Amino acid sequence: MRRLMSGNEALARGAFEAGVTVGAGYPGTPSTEILENLARYKPDVYCEWSPNEKVAFEVAAGASLAGARSIVTMKHVGLNVAADPLMTLSYISVEGGFVACVADDPGMHSSQNEQDTRNYARFAKIPLFEPSDSQEARDFLKLAIQVSEEFKTPVILRTTTRVSHSRSLVEIGERILSEKKIGLVKNPPRFVPIPVWGRPMRRRVEDRLIRLKAFSESSPANRLEWRDKSLGIITSSIAYQYAREVWPKASVLKLGMSYPFPDSMIREFAAGVSNLLIVEELDDFIEQHVRALGLACRGRDVVPGIMELSVDRLLAARARYEGRPVEEPKPFAFSDRLPPRPPVLCPGCPHRGIFYSLAKREVVVTGDIGCYSLGAFPPLDRMDSILCMGGGISMAHGLEKAGEPCPVVGIVGDSTFFHSGITGLLNISYNRGSSTIIVLDNRTTAMTGHQDHPGTGRTLMGEATKAVSIEDIGRACGIERVCVVNPYNLDQTSQVISDEITADEPSLIVSRAPCPLREKKRVGVSRKILPEKCKGCKLCLNLGCPAIEGGEDGPRINETLCAGCGLCEQVCPAGAVISGGRA
Amino acid sequence: MSEMGNVPKQTDQSKETKSIVLVGVGGQGILLASEILAQTAMLEGYDVKTNEVHGMAQRGGSVMAQIRYGKEVHSPLVARNEAHILGALEKVEALRYADYLRPDGLAAVSTQAIMPVTVSSGGAQYPQDAEELLKQAFPRLVYIDAAKIAGDLGDIRAANIVLLGAISQGLDLAMESWEKAIALCVKEKFLEINRKAFTAGRCHS
Repeated sequence: MRRLMSGNEALARGAFEAGVTVGAGYPGTPSTEILENLARYKPDVYCEWSPNEKVAFEVAAGASLAGARSIVTMKHVGLNVAADPLMTLSYISVEGGFVACVADDPGMHSSQNEQDTRNYARFAKIPLFEPSDSQEARDFLKLAIQVSEEFKTPVILRTTTRVSHSRSLVEIGERILSEKKIGLVKNPPRFVPIPVWGRPMRRRVEDRLIRLKAFSESSPANRLEWRDKSLGIITSSIAYQYAREVWPKASVLKLGMSYPFPDSMIREFAAGVSNLLIVEELDDFIEQHVRALGLACRGRDVVPGIMELSVDRLLAARARYEGRPVEEPKPFAFSDRLPPRPPVLCPGCPHRGIFYSLAKREVVVTGDIGCYSLGAFPPLDRMDSILCMGGGISMAHGLEKAGEPCPVVGIVGDSTFFHSGITGLLNISYNRGSSTIIVLDNRTTAMTGHQDHPGTGRTLMGEATKAVSIEDIGRACGIERVCVVNPYNLDQTSQVISDEITADEPSLIVSRAPCPLREKKRVGVSRKILPEKCKGCKLCLNLGCPAIEGGEDGPRINETLCAGCGLCEQVCPAGAVISGGRA
Repeated sequence: MSEMGNVPKQTDQSKETKSIVLVGVGGQGILLASEILAQTAMLEGYDVKTNEVHGMAQRGGSVMAQIRYGKEVHSPLVARNEAHILGALEKVEALRYADYLRPDGLAAVSTQAIMPVTVSSGGAQYPQDAEELLKQAFPRLVYIDAAKIAGDLGDIRAANIVLLGAISQGLDLAMESWEKAIALCVKEKFLEINRKAFTAGRCHS
């Protein structure tokens, strides 16, 4: 039976069919839907959102040591967080099949960098699979579990935004369960990498890599497609699909198991074609290896390595390859008249009250990753740096210790606080900092589509659980000034921020209001502007609310979009904003 | 179906891969329209690929979904100048992605204008002559007030399906498959309104 599935749905299907019984992860675009879809197979599969990728990785690793087949899911930057367990799980090896599904984001659609996860496979000396569509996503996940169990190695399955979020047809199959009995078979020389046992592990990793290389040569995931032999293309992942459109007649070596490299296959292919071209997205991972084999090829000189590929960009690459002039697309005459439409904080977003209150002050704001990253855009314009998850808290402390003359405010979301904010807060308390930390607690992981986290009181399996209190954690970390504000109350929020940034000890402000998108209801009654009272000062436009439309006749409120948060009513000095009636 | 301009309708090229680009603003329901279209093509026996944007782009930003179907489809992305149909739920978004449409392609554009924050907060201007620009950009243009039609039917949120109905006339997919696909993709309680919305768009003239 064929079904239309996104790459992420297909990975979940593959995991289900492969007999996976434990899945863990942390949400991150474009990986999030893998685990959400796998959780739909409950109770056959146990799934959880862990507080961060490192924890998720370790949960799945533990399950594997018990003999269960497991997967862990994350976006590319999540693997940086989980790099510690990754590097050593490679040594201690796995028991039940273990696959880390990692989704890269070429083009940085929803990410702060463009790193290429393939490098991690080589770094950790473990196999790498790269599907190019949903069918392969399902097939390769199953194959990855097999390879993992056979070679007792963790495996990375790498997708990209376009593989994860494209839909295509998938032939599905039955679930096949492992016959392994669950239970850790004690074996310290295998599982405990203290030096005396770790050194032999180190050698076994290299032996395993040699055996994996032999397997890769005959892996069904690597495929020679002989067509016209004047040009041969080596490619992987979504780049394969684009290359097939742009060079339909060329021969192709498609790498699905792209590490360790199938050297004999690469040599055979290179010998069979007159010219060799490497078409890959992001780093020149394949090209460097092909060159190291002593094979002449082209690649990065014509195929760009920055930002994602597309048929358009490969058409230009083909022109460069063939020495033809590259046709630049002609923009329409009206293109420069179109107003940009960047993503914005939604109408009624509780983060707006905090950013608006901060905008009135001389402070440095260090933030991180989430919807609140959007606070960096004008007119709110109140985020001065973003480094990584939880980074705003620790960086605020660093700025302060360096002698930053302005008060420093670190911003973190609720899910991000649990992810990697707690240790930073602990550090501020321990090392006698005085930064003000604001947790934007909208009771969900909003940006990735409203996933639960340790503070929400609900698990991915849909069960009620303890809702961990951010204030309690703050106090346990040693922060004595802990307070909660309602971000829809601008006076209160403003006053609390004033008090806390001037205090000479660290403070934790929890800005608490649920995400209206998650609640699926308005915050309050929608507002409208009385034109006769409006003085045209446009202060309401400083809120950056999509529901307030500016115009030559003065601002007006789009009632369909208005979520009724009432911030504009509080901001208006003329009393021109009133409740409009829609509840 | 009324078309501004006098460019002849495209000849039937059923073996060729058909490419459709749907654009709008995050939250307008582009993804549901894309899913229904893809399901319909699948029910008709075609190979189908779609692509859509998640995450950051959905927060009120500009949103695009792409659908390609045919005998064998490789790329899920539509190339510039390739799309047979551009469906837009917002005027400026139609113009923004105009270069995806092939010169003889059909543009179905909802009359809706949604002000970006860049306009409200003062810096940028929303083109007052957007309709005129649409006529210049698209020789084959269907201009439809999808939001009003959906509102009259009882739910303005079904504007996406009205637009889908409008573009369905430019595609060689059977009504029966459209109906099945809608039933597959839409929750039971919204089925009736979406069926009506689709038919209204399909019959728009």
